[in-house]
Amino acid sequence: MFENFMAWIDKRLPVTEAWNKHVGQYPAPKNFNFWYFFGSLAMLVLVNQIVTGIWLTMNYEPSGDGAFASVEYIMRDVDYGWLLRYMHSTGASAFFIVVYLHMFRGLMYGSYQKPRELLWIFGMLIFLVLMAEAFMGYLLPWGNMSYWGAQVIISLFGAIPVIGDDLTTWIRGDYVISGATLNRFFALHVIALPLVLVVLVFLHILALHEVGSNNPEGTDIKKPKGSIPESEQSPFKYHESYTKKYDIVDAVPFHPYYSVKDIMGVVGFLLLFCWVMFFAPEGGGYFLEAPNFEPANALKTPEHIVPVWYFGPFYTILRVIPDKLLGMLGMFAAIGMLFALPWFDRGTVRSIRYRSKWHLLNLTQFAICFVILGILGTMPASDLANLIGRIATLGYFGFFIALWFYSKNEDTKPVPERMS
Amino acid sequence: MSNAPVNNGRRRFLTVATSVVGGAGVVGAAVPFIASWNPSAKAKAAGAPVEVNISKIATGQLVRTNYRGKPIYIVRRSQDVIDALGGHEDQLNDPQSNEAQQPAYAQNQYRSIKPEYLVAEGVCTHLGCAPTYRKGDFAEQVEGVDYGFFCPCHGSKFDMAGRVFSGVPAPLNLVVPEHSFLDDNTLIIGVGKGDA
Repeated sequence: MFENFMAWIDKRLPVTEAWNKHVGQYPAPKNFNFWYFFGSLAMLVLVNQIVTGIWLTMNYEPSGDGAFASVEYIMRDVDYGWLLRYMHSTGASAFFIVVYLHMFRGLMYGSYQKPRELLWIFGMLIFLVLMAEAFMGYLLPWGNMSYWGAQVIISLFGAIPVIGDDLTTWIRGDYVISGATLNRFFALHVIALPLVLVVLVFLHILALHEVGSNNPEGTDIKKPKGSIPESEQSPFKYHESYTKKYDIVDAVPFHPYYSVKDIMGVVGFLLLFCWVMFFAPEGGGYFLEAPNFEPANALKTPEHIVPVWYFGPFYTILRVIPDKLLGMLGMFAAIGMLFALPWFDRGTVRSIRYRSKWHLLNLTQFAICFVILGILGTMPASDLANLIGRIATLGYFGFFIALWFYSKNEDTKPVPERMS
Repeated sequence: MSNAPVNNGRRRFLTVATSVVGGAGVVGAAVPFIASWNPSAKAKAAGAPVEVNISKIATGQLVRTNYRGKPIYIVRRSQDVIDALGGHEDQLNDPQSNEAQQPAYAQNQYRSIKPEYLVAEGVCTHLGCAPTYRKGDFAEQVEGVDYGFFCPCHGSKFDMAGRVFSGVPAPLNLVVPEHSFLDDNTLIIGVGKGDA
């Protein structure tokens, strides 16, 4: 009965074919460790954001007069409104946690290197859209930090010579941040950017399946056709689009091996996620900032305007550069460097396991600088913070520059052909 | 199918011409979408420049108006007050108005176009409270200076040119908005000198 039904469908739409190619018979390296949880977790959080977001729009009022009150209405009067809202707000922070870890995994194992440059770029585009999505979403509760945070970030564009002032007015749709700004941010946050995000995630996965997953060893599991004796090949059945051109080694099918493994990740993640959501939804003032519990007020600036934690690293780079325009360029350059990473790294050995001590050192200092920049971004500015921030900014950019120099003739260890 | 030879030149021309015309169409179609982000007529009306009749302001008097959601103070300073501005510059954070808190034409010792009229946003540069105008009794705050602005929220002090005294929470001088004089009796806020 079911077989007949699927046969009927498959004649009209290649469902079984797509399932086999991308899930049931997709060859995934057999040595994935816990770092490989974060891609699937990012998808889970994306679904969470979309579903809770749709439900929030059912009671949210996108207007300067009604927004703040409607969020309080959701929190107090709508059945389970508090839960949906906290799922969404905690999800925003969780999204960045898993995405930052996912990106760091890519850095460690060289998953951005040839032939995965485009895959990396799609990932970076996702990251960029995600930041825009989060920034616009943060204005919507129309709290005082929403207002002033947006004020600071939009006024950055005013630093652009000649067109700056007109550009900021165009972005705001008014001479100050107003209901007009709120409404357009709402439209972009709930329709435009999520559509772009979903398309980019789709392309990210298609690109991944075209080049194949990297792994902690940084080896290739697709060997030239005919180079591996049958007995040495992976004993599972893979989709012919992979086996036609390659002999597959050291692999398992994504489903059921990694679908089941990812469920383990999901369980662990949900434990932490739910703990935060139920017991610390404000994340100690880092996920939801205190000044945001009072309505937007154009005449009352919060004592310290600090962004939500996930913008911290880039905000610090902006702040420690003493010139407004250069600061903005520095902030965007910090993201631009990541885009160009596949070309800064001129090495051919992927994984940190087989690269030089220099690379280990460089990546470690990069991670430390990134965390320091993030912490400073949530703190008020001071002379000491500026000094530390400048050193960390140098460390951040220095990572890429140093990488470019030593990766050309790096003292790497031999990479094994096969996994032991 | 005819067996006529393919005219590649003509094909290329048609492809390019179609692309150019189509591209122009896309650019044209983008105009309304981009232009709709500009401030609406309603927003423009609400943010329009404000005219103030200054003929009835007495010497020493402060008049408030509102421009783009912010209170604007207009003070007609007496000659004594103007003369006293130079007397306490050593106590100020930014006596030369080097920070861009005013248009270029107001970057002078009076922070104004005419020494007589101070035009400034009544918004403390600390946390946005409204500083109060202390007429004659400002010496309680700063010894030897009789006129000034005192912010009741956190005690920031500004002189009669809106310049901030050192050692108070406010970091910057009061903002001087774009303004100009239409004639001797009419001040317009929102239109800079020379822009009208």
